[in-house]
Amino acid sequence: MNELLAILLNVKPVIGAALCLTGGVLALIGTIGVLRFPDFYTRLHAASVTDTSALTIALIGMALMAPSWLIVFKLAAIWAFFFLTGPTSSHALANAAHTAGVEPLIGERARSRGRGSSS
Amino acid sequence: MVSFLGLVAVLGGLWLGLSGHYTPLITWLGALSVILSSVLAVRLRTLDADSAPFAALPRIVVYWVWLMVEIIKANWVVIKACLRANLDINPALVKVKTACESDLAKTTFANSITLTPGTVSVLLEGDKILVHALYEEGAQPEAFDKMDRLSKWAVDVRGAA
Repeated sequence: MNELLAILLNVKPVIGAALCLTGGVLALIGTIGVLRFPDFYTRLHAASVTDTSALTIALIGMALMAPSWLIVFKLAAIWAFFFLTGPTSSHALANAAHTAGVEPLIGERARSRGRGSSS
Repeated sequence: MVSFLGLVAVLGGLWLGLSGHYTPLITWLGALSVILSSVLAVRLRTLDADSAPFAALPRIVVYWVWLMVEIIKANWVVIKACLRANLDINPALVKVKTACESDLAKTTFANSITLTPGTVSVLLEGDKILVHALYEEGAQPEAFDKMDRLSKWAVDVRGAA
């Protein structure tokens, strides 16, 4: 039983680091999406990958590497606040764009305007 | 009264978690500040079923878990869309009707739509939400049915009563 615990304690920081890296890669993917997508609204969708999965996975990774439970609590608080405020700010952006009269690209027309399309 | 005690419990837990200093003096000051902010919140009349939905807390937790699964599924779709060599997105604006009645339930539903990657709520008018989606196929009104019913079930205290 003690050996198992020792193995777990040794493996924990490795898993934490791997999860932090995964979160970083997901944030990179979100950024690639922001650069490739054609208009404001679709770019907002790509940014929301960074908002949700990248943040969650990176925070779990940091929690696994945390030295004390206090840090874990703070990371959990950061996560909860982000999940409450993130959609509010995204909605505020989308709503402001809609109010200002930004027309979204609809349907297949959006494809040819994006970066990296075949046409 | 329930919401007052709930606020005291939440603020106290937050203080205990964030502080890290538990000497008697600091703990008393923390307890004092928790009580003071709770009393101020009551005096400002900012405490009601919408701002402090502690009665619905267990159901909100269930809803949150379900929402996390949905977010992971939607994330996968958007990640694939970001990395595909040829963009195959098919953006669309759709109007979604909600059955939620209270402001909090509507907010929960609209924020859940925004939180799931691939859909953003743009405008809330009465009981209709204008949603911008990355894929038209994934954003038919039926696709939001379950989320709507669940957020009504979890948060809409008055609607359920």
